[in-house]
Amino acid sequence: MNEQPLLIAEGLTKYYGRQLGCRDASFELYEGEVMAVVGESGSGKTTLLQMLSTQIEPSAGQILYRMRDGSVQDLWTMSEPARRFLLRTDWGYVHQDPQLGLRMGVSAGGNVGERLMAVGNRNYADIRATAADWLGRVEIPEARIDDTPRTYSGGMRQRLQIARNLVTAPRLIFMDEPTGGLDVSVQARLLDLLRRIVSEMRIAAIVVTHDLAVARLLSNRIMVMKGGQVIEAGLTDQVLDDPHQPYTQLLVSSILPA
Amino acid sequence: MNALTLSDVTKTFTMHLQGGLRLPVLRNVSFAAHAGQCIVLTGPSGAGKSSILKLIYGNYRCDSGHILVSSADDTVDIATAAPREILSVRQRALGYVTQFLRAVPRVSALDIVAEPLIMKGVARDDATARAAMMLRRFNVPERLWSLPPATFSGGEQQRINLARGLLPEHPILLLDEPTASLDADNRAVVVDIVRERKQHGAAIVAIVHDENVREQIADIAVDVTHFATAA
Repeated sequence: MNEQPLLIAEGLTKYYGRQLGCRDASFELYEGEVMAVVGESGSGKTTLLQMLSTQIEPSAGQILYRMRDGSVQDLWTMSEPARRFLLRTDWGYVHQDPQLGLRMGVSAGGNVGERLMAVGNRNYADIRATAADWLGRVEIPEARIDDTPRTYSGGMRQRLQIARNLVTAPRLIFMDEPTGGLDVSVQARLLDLLRRIVSEMRIAAIVVTHDLAVARLLSNRIMVMKGGQVIEAGLTDQVLDDPHQPYTQLLVSSILPA
Repeated sequence: MNALTLSDVTKTFTMHLQGGLRLPVLRNVSFAAHAGQCIVLTGPSGAGKSSILKLIYGNYRCDSGHILVSSADDTVDIATAAPREILSVRQRALGYVTQFLRAVPRVSALDIVAEPLIMKGVARDDATARAAMMLRRFNVPERLWSLPPATFSGGEQQRINLARGLLPEHPILLLDEPTASLDADNRAVVVDIVRERKQHGAAIVAIVHDENVREQIADIAVDVTHFATAA
C-alpha cells in the first residue's frame, strides 16, 4: 500500500473558448488499476481522456506521471519529443475507430512491428516473431500477418489495434469506447481478451465508455461525469450498486435487463 | 482479537428518482466476530441482512459508523477506506459468496473458480488444480469444467460460485444464502467446508434460512430486527 501513484491528475480543466469541456477533475491512478469514466455524450469524458493522454492542453491543472526510472514529471513541462516518446512506448491509446489507431495500408505484422521499432528493435526476424506472437494472443490467425487491416473485419481490426498498443508492454493504456460499434458477440470476445491481458500484464488503464456493463466487467474504479464535472467516484461495484447522485441513479436504473 | 467489528453502522438509501424518498434501512448496527466463530444474521426478509453483508464487503457505503476488518497484516476501516485499500482487503482477507454467479462471457467454469487464487498470486497450474478439487467436491461433472457457465442450471451456477468464493480460504467470510438452491448432498458439502474454515480460524457472517444448516454452523445469532429502523 506504500507504492506511489503512476499518474496524478490535479484540477484538470478545459474550456473551448467560453464553453466548458471539463472542470476540476482530480484523481490518482496506481499501477494495475483500471478506471472507467462513464457519462452521456457531451459529459466531458473524452475531453478528460484527451487531456490525460496529452492530445489537448488543459486550460488549468496538471498531470504528474511517474516514469520508469521513478522520477515524477509534469507532462506539460516535458519537452515535446520526450512526451511523444512516452506516448509511443510507455503508453497505449485504443481508439473507438480502429482506422484512427492503425495504418490501414500497412500489413498487420507491420502495424505491430512499428511500435517495436520505435523502442529500438532492429532485428527483422525478432520483430516478426514478436508480432506473430501478439497476433496469436489477440486471436488473429498467423496466416493473416501479411494482410492489411483493410481486409479485416471490425472486431479483428480492434484486436489488432490492441496488439499494436500492447506489444511494447506499456504501463498505462487509454481506451476510448473500445467496444463501441461492435456486435455483442464480438464485444464479449474483445472484453474477455482485454480483461485477461490487462490483468496479466498489470497494466493501468483508463477506459471511457457509456456502457455500464463494460465498466463493471473491466474496471475496479469508476468516475461518473456530467456537464463537464466528475459527480461521483469510487469502487465500480459500489458506485453501480449503491449510487448516491441523482444522475448516477438514473444511469443505473436506465439499463435494460437482457 | 476480533476479526470483524461493526460499531454504530447506519445506512439510509435516498431515492432521487422517487422525489428524494429516504429509506432508512439500518441504524446503529453493532456486533463483532472472533476468529473461528460463525455469526448468523436472523430476521424476516427486508430486515436488512443482505445489506449488512454488502456494507461489510464495501459494496454499499455506510452513512456513519465503523467496520473494522482485521487480518494478519493490518486493520482497515471499510467505512472510510480508499477504493484500492478495499480492493486489497478483498483480495487478501475478505470473501463474499452470494447465491448468484456473475458469469463472464467466454470464461470457463474452471477459470472462474481459479481466478481469485491467481489474483492472490498463486501460480496458474496450482490454482487450477485446487479449483478442480473444489469443483469435484461440489459434484460438478467434469464435462462442464471447460464450459462458460452462462447456460448452466441455477444449482450448477450456485455451486460454481460457492467453489469460487470458498476456495481462497479468506480469514473473513460473508455468506449470503449459500445453500439456497442446493440439494441435501451439496448442502452437506457447504456445512463441512464452513466447519473446516472455522477450525482454521476464519470468522464467518452468514445468512441462512435453512434451519438445519443454521443449527450446524452457527455459534451466535444476531437478530437484525434490533437494528431495523421504525420505517
